[in-house]
Amino acid sequence: MGNNMKQFGGPALFLDRDDINTDEIIPAKYLTENSKIDLKPFILEDLTLKDFDPNSESLKQAGVIVTRANFGCGSSREHAVWVLEVNDINVVVAESFARIFRQNMFNCGMIAIELPKDAIDRIISLGDQVDISVDVDQSTITAKGDREESFEFFLNSFDKDLVMAGGWLAYANKNY
Amino acid sequence: MGKTIAQKIFESHHRGSPSSENVVLDIDVVMCHEITTPIAINDLKARGMDRVFDPDKIKAVIDHVTPSKDSKTATQAKILRDWARRHRIRDFFDIGANGVCHALFPEKGFIRPGHTVIMGDSHTCTHGAFGAFAAGVGTTDLEVGILKGVCSFRTPRTLRIRIDGTFPDGVSAKDVILNIIKRLTVNGATDQVMEFCGSTVSRMSMESRMTLCNMAIEAGGTCGICMPDRTTAEYLWPFIKDDYDSIESAEEEFKKWHSDPDAQYSSELVIDVSDMVPQVTYGYKPDEVKDVTDLEGAKVDQVYIGSCTNGRIEDLREAARVLAGRKIADNVRGILSPATPKVFEQALLEGLIKTFMDAGFCVTNPTCGACLGMSNGVLAEGEVCASTTNRNFNGRMGKGGMVHLMSPLSAAAAAVSGVITDPRKYI
Ligand code: SF4
Repeated sequence: MGNNMKQFGGPALFLDRDDINTDEIIPAKYLTENSKIDLKPFILEDLTLKDFDPNSESLKQAGVIVTRANFGCGSSREHAVWVLEVNDINVVVAESFARIFRQNMFNCGMIAIELPKDAIDRIISLGDQVDISVDVDQSTITAKGDREESFEFFLNSFDKDLVMAGGWLAYANKNY
Repeated sequence: MGKTIAQKIFESHHRGSPSSENVVLDIDVVMCHEITTPIAINDLKARGMDRVFDPDKIKAVIDHVTPSKDSKTATQAKILRDWARRHRIRDFFDIGANGVCHALFPEKGFIRPGHTVIMGDSHTCTHGAFGAFAAGVGTTDLEVGILKGVCSFRTPRTLRIRIDGTFPDGVSAKDVILNIIKRLTVNGATDQVMEFCGSTVSRMSMESRMTLCNMAIEAGGTCGICMPDRTTAEYLWPFIKDDYDSIESAEEEFKKWHSDPDAQYSSELVIDVSDMVPQVTYGYKPDEVKDVTDLEGAKVDQVYIGSCTNGRIEDLREAARVLAGRKIADNVRGILSPATPKVFEQALLEGLIKTFMDAGFCVTNPTCGACLGMSNGVLAEGEVCASTTNRNFNGRMGKGGMVHLMSPLSAAAAAVSGVITDPRKYI
């Protein structure tokens, strides 16, 4: 274990809206792709968000998504997680997640971090360019923009084990 | 302290507790379709783990795009088909025998009270209608399910929804679930089991209970669930008659799963349907719901009747009540996809298919098709569909298209009048 762990952190992409659904993250018409990497260009293609440009530099560079409540609602498609993964986004910080999306993140060895609304407000207030680093052991994230702020988050021991193992398949293979 | 049905199922299927908040369950039925499974199959192959834990507990169907519409969907179908053959999965349904997964599998008697069920499909919650714990999962969970027959869940909390009263004519299970989602909002039941009870649910057919449970996910729920009772036993009787002396004894045995009177719930919602008006969605989220009377006259280009929510025989009968002896409006295209071959056949026998065709509907084979905007009725930019499906996300049935979710009766009324309208004036 441990060596399968992914890299967590990087420039933040703000998606300042509740209820962003999996159809917006990856539209159904791309579900006919049979390889994860082929999903790469279609990330957030149908997102409804004022001034959002799916071809922007900030999306290309992003390592972390910061968003609001109920992120990833809708279909069970793990494609919505893979399209982030193949775009090197291994962390999503949100007020809350839809259950299946959240589980899919940890199942892929990625991290879904829940923070209260005021913490998300504060991260967004740090400016347009915010860099986020994640300390899995300490369960803290540090956001560096105009200022620097740290936040504690809760990761239960199973979620942590999945992250360390690199996902549920590796974990289940060992334990079940 | 008493237990809920979900707690009883969790206890009886407990395999491990990887943390104080998580449990790993043994899974009775792993269901597979050609959209989310092929990538799991390819991954297992690539890892040298192309195995299945128990071919008899795996059920597979090609349903989302069938017949295949292009090379990519044909490849997905082929991957699933080859895999089912390779592993001797007997319960595999291909063209001629296939239908929408959540309508087909219950019809085959695969789901029983107390079962644990997973599928790489969010509307797996439908099967809770049988008193099972059934949850949609992602591809990795599906992969582990296929390989090991286990799945992890957070310990469930249960939200009890008590539905009482007699439906006014023109109002049905679809209207009440839309109304429930409106009240709960799209994440009001996240990480919770939605337990449906009350006199109205007790009187509902299995079809209506499936419609109810089908949309639990639209409020964020993990699973919808109903207590297995006489109606459940009668529906399942052809499949369980060797296991029980009588329907009564099956009904009696099912009671062991019932929630105890002193079970703990996270919260409770009480609804009386006696004065309910048909419900319709107006926006791009399933909790954006209004009385049909508030949307009277809204434009419609296409009417779609089908899907795992409302493509069953009872739904076709409802729609036919409006369509009989009438024509659909000139500005509207009507599409009917009976959810399974059995539904199709029954509808033929009852003359319902003729009613639809005489009214001007196109009748397609059983498939998900237009429901997820992949085939058989995709919308053009700016078009609007009155649909009996379960999801109205922006672009769901085609980029730039809009969907109003409603009951089969309301959809048929929209077809006839050419705009959204109160269906009660047609019955
Ligand atoms: S009919 Fe629609 S909602 Fe149901 S399984 Fe098919 S695509 Fe999903």
